[in-house]
Amino acid sequence: MPIQYYIYLSLALFSIGIIGVLTRRNAIIVFMCIELMLNSVNLLLVAFSKMHLAFATANDKLATTVGTDGQLFVFFIMVVAAAEVSVGLAIIVMLYRNTHSVDINFLNRLKN
Amino acid sequence: MNTTEILFFFLSALALFSAIMVLISKNPIHSVLWLVAVFFAISGHYILLNAQFLAIVNMIVYAGAIMVLFLFVVMLMNLNSETEPQKNLWMKLAGVISGGCFLMVFVSLVRQATDLHAKKAMTSTGDIGLIKNLGKLLFSDYVVPFEITSVLFLSAMIGAIVIGKKE
Repeated sequence: MPIQYYIYLSLALFSIGIIGVLTRRNAIIVFMCIELMLNSVNLLLVAFSKMHLAFATANDKLATTVGTDGQLFVFFIMVVAAAEVSVGLAIIVMLYRNTHSVDINFLNRLKN
Repeated sequence: MNTTEILFFFLSALALFSAIMVLISKNPIHSVLWLVAVFFAISGHYILLNAQFLAIVNMIVYAGAIMVLFLFVVMLMNLNSETEPQKNLWMKLAGVISGGCFLMVFVSLVRQATDLHAKKAMTSTGDIGLIKNLGKLLFSDYVVPFEITSVLFLSAMIGAIVIGKKE
């Protein structure tokens, strides 16, 4: 599968995530769009790791573990995302408890 | 057009359609469920790329744990389409235009990168995505980051408890 297809798919998913962050006011939806962007990057990392492997095995038949690092990075991104979600949702629950809304425009009181 | 290409385009169309539905559905619960569909489509892509470990982890951690947490919070706050705050139309239009400009810049960048044109991602062959190879690397070269991960989770857990606690 040509690598450009994966790049275009990841770019489209990432742009949809950016549009979601810019156009929605619900804090939970904004947070979900950030997860969407993280996932598109994960997909691109896996596709690049397999591209790297295909390039290495074409030159050297014994290079069978090239590109494993890319997939481990994806694993670590998932780990960090899980930690981030738990803290972020705690903050959103706290925001809801204080303002009875999840509208992110309420957060502009941090300005003063 | 072989089976891999058909599956690739089907999964891509499913992922993009579900991602757009996340944005345009008014009810937050529907958004969460569409995002689960996106994650399943991306897991399908991982299986297509023979990254089996990541496919399973993506399904369990993202579609299973994280999205259930989101759904739990949405249902706890009793959000629905009536309470959904809306930005005005001009702000939405500005957001869509800036996101579209981002997409356009990067698509033109990829089209001009002539190095990439002959490169192919290996699908359904190559066993670097199997748990055997990933585990060997994880416990040899990446053992220090792997152990630091436990500290990160501990601090995230304590942070979530401290933030969520009532004074």
